[in-house]
Amino acid sequence: MPPVAMQSLAQILTDHADAVRSAWITAVADELRGRTSRGELEREQADIFDALVEGLQRGGERIGDEPFDQLRGILSDVSSARARLGFTPRETAVGVFALKEGLYGLSAQGVTTDVTPLLRLVDELGLFTFESFAAAREAIIVEQSEQLLELSTPVVKIWEGVVAVPLVGTLDSARTQVVMETLLNTLVETGSAHAIIDITGVPAVDTQVAQHLLKTVVAARLMGAECTISGIRPQIAQTIVALGIEFGDIRTRATLADALVDALRSDRRTAATVLA
Amino acid sequence: MTESVPILKIGTTLLVSIQVDLQDDTALQLQEDLADRITRTGARGVIIDISGLEIVDSFIGRMLAAVAAISRVLDAQTVVVGMRPAVAITMVELGLSLGGVRTALDVERGLAMLEPDEESAEDVLLAAAAEREQR
Amino acid sequence: MTTATLERLAVSTDADVVRVRQAVRTFAQQARLSLVDQTKFVTAASELARNMLVYGGGGDVEVEVVSDGRRTGVRAAFADEGPGIPDLDLALTDGWTSGGGLGLGLSGSRRLVGQFSIDTAPGAGTRVEIATWSR
Repeated sequence: MPPVAMQSLAQILTDHADAVRSAWITAVADELRGRTSRGELEREQADIFDALVEGLQRGGERIGDEPFDQLRGILSDVSSARARLGFTPRETAVGVFALKEGLYGLSAQGVTTDVTPLLRLVDELGLFTFESFAAAREAIIVEQSEQLLELSTPVVKIWEGVVAVPLVGTLDSARTQVVMETLLNTLVETGSAHAIIDITGVPAVDTQVAQHLLKTVVAARLMGAECTISGIRPQIAQTIVALGIEFGDIRTRATLADALVDALRSDRRTAATVLA
Repeated sequence: MTESVPILKIGTTLLVSIQVDLQDDTALQLQEDLADRITRTGARGVIIDISGLEIVDSFIGRMLAAVAAISRVLDAQTVVVGMRPAVAITMVELGLSLGGVRTALDVERGLAMLEPDEESAEDVLLAAAAEREQR
Repeated sequence: MTTATLERLAVSTDADVVRVRQAVRTFAQQARLSLVDQTKFVTAASELARNMLVYGGGGDVEVEVVSDGRRTGVRAAFADEGPGIPDLDLALTDGWTSGGGLGLGLSGSRRLVGQFSIDTAPGAGTRVEIATWSR
């Protein structure tokens, strides 16, 4: 009966805890020399070891079983912490696979029971660690690309009541969405009634990008602000006409300077207070 | 019956601040109340502050447009103020445009927007008087 | 987990539509949707709940937080036992309405969410399911 066998394996682990753990930690410490302190490794290992033994005692057989919930939690925490600290996948997985060193040594300790189920379980734990590591890395990449997105769309206040966002590079729909949100939020934060989107640095405008710009302008209007699009290069003007894109009654200006003057002129009250 | 939304009167302007999620019948009630108050007080402007609203769906959007249209007939201007960015983005995506409704960032700007019209009556009289004097 | 992961609400009055909005918002927050995505999802839910009330004679809403291991999302289903929609393509067209509204309910809410599916037949009621995943 498998559950009983696993529980007896738990007993073996507890009986030979010191030997298993010291072989295990030696193997890990060799691999991770200098990357982390031995004390830290010992703490980590004690957590993993205890959770493993407890899971086995409660009849866990496979990594996905409920008795191993806690163990999985610990392993995924450890792996994502390693991913954030810049450990390699190998350095992360070895922390688990090295447990096998301890298990191989068991026969020398006079243990005659077949520990194959344990070895198999350690393999599963290792694979799980790998997966958690990869997931954590992916999350980091997503975070970074989001940060980059925010960095690449700085909304700046260029005059009292006027904010502008210079767009550089290609516009995809994810980016335009970020631009739109940041711009509209800045209007509220700075109490500005004018926004300028400068597309001098945008190499191409297609129907979809035009659509996004249009939506931004309409949303700004709903909030009570006027939005001008500036920096439309001759080439882009030609594409817009050739594609038959309707810019409707959206204000467009050749340069950012023109757009600024225009914004100030259209709201003479604002201009008057500023110049006073 | 649900609670009705209070309407404040400041000079010749009516101010409504919607602070809670409106039930459809409360919104319709507000629409009626506003029409009533405009005629009774001879208000020239209506400011609807929706900065407290977390969403504006087609029903509320239609109510806002209706209030603007009704007040126009009654010779008053309506300004919707304080729409949140997330709400504005959602309305555009939904396809709601509030056609013809004037908007402003906040109550203060909304009030400022209504002022020129109030003064214009005096301006017209003053200009006419000045013109007559010249003759 | 101490927070509820599934909630069922019956919609038979205006007040129920407000309750659906509030419940859906709580779940969208739990699913860690961005503010804009939350607003879009709640607005879509509001449209669909009202549709159910106006055309389907009321119905049931089921809302839950879902997860695929990496991302979380919010899912809501709107089911009524009304007359169903005879011409689905037409009903999903912008500006088409059979109930005197703006005709943005179905087509508009489809644009506001990540996933949209509809199951209907004349006389067999309507079931609309929407979902949005965190980014």
